[in-house]
Amino acid sequence: MRRITVAAELADHYDIAIIGAGPAGMSAAVEASLAGATVLVVDENTAPGGQIYRAVTRHSRGHDDVLGADYWKGASIADPFMAATIDFASSTTVWSLDPAEEPSAHATIGLTLAGSARRVEARAVILATGAMERPMPVPGWTLPGVMTAGAAQIALKSIAAIPEGPTVLAGCGPLLYLLASQLLKAGADITAVLDTADAGQRLRALPHLPAFLGSPYFAKGLRLLVDVRRQTRVISGITDLAIDGDAHAQSVTFRRGRRSETLPVRTVLLHQGVIPSINLASSADCAIRWNEHQRAFQPEIDHLGRLSVPGLFAAGDGAGIGGADHAAVEGRIAALGALSDLGLITQGEAETRLAPLKQERRRYRRGRAFLDILYRPAQQFLSPPDDATIICRCEEVRAGQLRQVIELGVPGPNQLKTFIRCGMGPCQGRLCASTVTEMMAEQRGVSPAEIGTYRLRAPIKPVRLSELAALPQTEDAVFAVTGRRPEPSTNPKGPNL
Amino acid sequence: MLRRLCEITDPVRFSFDNRPITAERGDTLAAALLASGVETFRHSVVGDQPRAPYCLMGVCFECLVTVDGVQNQQSCLMEARDGMVVESRRGGRQVLQGQS
Ligand code: FES
Repeated sequence: MRRITVAAELADHYDIAIIGAGPAGMSAAVEASLAGATVLVVDENTAPGGQIYRAVTRHSRGHDDVLGADYWKGASIADPFMAATIDFASSTTVWSLDPAEEPSAHATIGLTLAGSARRVEARAVILATGAMERPMPVPGWTLPGVMTAGAAQIALKSIAAIPEGPTVLAGCGPLLYLLASQLLKAGADITAVLDTADAGQRLRALPHLPAFLGSPYFAKGLRLLVDVRRQTRVISGITDLAIDGDAHAQSVTFRRGRRSETLPVRTVLLHQGVIPSINLASSADCAIRWNEHQRAFQPEIDHLGRLSVPGLFAAGDGAGIGGADHAAVEGRIAALGALSDLGLITQGEAETRLAPLKQERRRYRRGRAFLDILYRPAQQFLSPPDDATIICRCEEVRAGQLRQVIELGVPGPNQLKTFIRCGMGPCQGRLCASTVTEMMAEQRGVSPAEIGTYRLRAPIKPVRLSELAALPQTEDAVFAVTGRRPEPSTNPKGPNL
Repeated sequence: MLRRLCEITDPVRFSFDNRPITAERGDTLAAALLASGVETFRHSVVGDQPRAPYCLMGVCFECLVTVDGVQNQQSCLMEARDGMVVESRRGGRQVLQGQS
């Protein structure tokens, strides 16, 4: 692996560019490099691993084993990645993806590394952008001291730190219990786990139980639940949740049936499942579809991970939630798909290598529906009933305002965004998009599929004007903006814009 | 709000709002600040309310700070480095003379 630390070290052109260095991205990179493709992998974080295997290359095992064997599995993906013949740019933000304008042309990626922007071409691009936690808007969720459960896990993995003082975990889904168990083992003071799962979902999930019994996650999940219940107070059936405090979270008030209770806290960790990060795929105009089981939008892909736009692929949780093992297999599948589309391996060779991978993928998908339905968040945590709850954290738009504007008959999330700036802050709708869709769907009594989600445009992450201005420009681009033809000598050489 | 389980062995030193901070080499800036007892990273643009990291993975933009004079840096995506001058922010981005 060649580590790229400044933009100037990047090549102008690669066979395959991979965005994201989690299990899907790392596996795709190894597969592609073995076939002799030139490969660039970029990731926003400071090291490879993604969120699930975060910092796995930084520690050696035994440093502390609160993370468990599943985490250390990441090393078996990261080691070949570190040894592969690829370019790897960490701490690199991708802010645009322009698909090829015609077949056999190249896609162009706009990225920023160490303060300078750069555009890089690739014949195929694999999006391995992973998942983010589904926002859980409750009163007080913007207070310091409130983080996602995933954030606490990141702190544990990356700097071996645990929340200080009395801590409450609230929400639903397998990760909530995994984190509770890891934090308890590490000595955190977990006062309670408040489970907001909707009990009605158990019945709905039942038909999918037989498939789940055969899934590799069944025994693990059960052990986790028992383990956490033995060590801390687990309160199920929470229907209402609010966090209070002046400049910091101080207490959590929750309701279960008719009883309500308040607990003093220093830290509150929220979690209600994960959803695909679709911003890049969406900004490249890839078809997006609603997944009712997973209650989220995901890009449409075919059996090889091809997106609806030629030359673009997606793999792993960014293409639909399936977990880390599933992501690693999908990464390899997408790489083989790209290699064969580019003619770097023969179709026959691709098919031989794809067969066992597809079988493995089927195995990891088994039983997924059970988990998805069982842990579908309760309606009041998807669409907050309290008017004062902040929905858009950046622009501080509250549920009441949204409901008023929806009532006025605004056609969809995009128009709503222009009316009240909801989703227009620096996070570009990442922390409000799913809630806005759910609230509109609820109020209109239709499926979120009908409502849709924000249409995204590059730059999908904030980029400084000075960075854009410093990009090499074509004569035509300069003429279009300034009305003047630049002197030939001042026209810097660079990739076409 | 975070407590380290291990002692710092390879320290880097920098400042946050003039306060000296020590972190382990390789830590992200956001995690290092949280582990040093920093509670508020910035005040929100619209309502001037205290905010701190929410996701630690580059999604929420709650961790924005000024680093060596460059505003609106996502502290959860950058490494803490020796001699960094880190400042919290109040409100939106300012247009400063002589700054890019
Ligand atoms: S803490 Fe969410 S972007 Fe940094």
